Amino acid sequence: MTKADIIEAVYEKLGGFSKREAADLVELVFETLKDTLTKQEKVKISGFGNFVVREKKARMGRNPQTKKPIEISARRVLTFKPSQVLKHTLNT
Amino acid sequence: MTKSDLIESVAQKATLTKDKASIVVNSIFDLMVEAMKRGERIEIRNFGNFTVRKYPSYTGRNPKTGNAVNVGPKRMPFFKVGLDLKNRVDKGK
Repeated sequence: MTKADIIEAVYEKLGGFSKREAADLVELVFETLKDTLTKQEKVKISGFGNFVVREKKARMGRNPQTKKPIEISARRVLTFKPSQVLKHTLNT
Repeated sequence: MTKSDLIESVAQKATLTKDKASIVVNSIFDLMVEAMKRGERIEIRNFGNFTVRKYPSYTGRNPKTGNAVNVGPKRMPFFKVGLDLKNRVDKGK
């Protein structure tokens, strides 16, 4: 499934909107999610899951090819924690 | 931000009724859940990919009692963040 499939389905469900408008709305939803997460704000979608930005401290790693130890810098990463409901849905 | 905040924000930005905005937002997540149920991979460019990972059964332990328990095979959703979003989140802009 791609964004195009989602746009198509939203277009059909919405009714009275052009495909272009449906595409813009789907785009707006993902842009809003991205803007929110960029601000490090958590996004909670009930029945789906939570998107959370986590702060990672710097740590030592190693280049698996050369085996040279290198420092992995401190960073912020986005994690997705699926909801209990979604996990349950996938296993019934 | 919760799903209702998201609906509210979309309604405001697109000057849409809340009813219509909630159709958009809810269908997006409903569709993704349906796709995952079918074991399908979801690709949202510039956002990330959702995949369903299959795990075989294993013998785990009840951390409280230490008793061995059999954990059956399961399917779990997995999200891989897209490069663009990954960079934005890290830089905070």
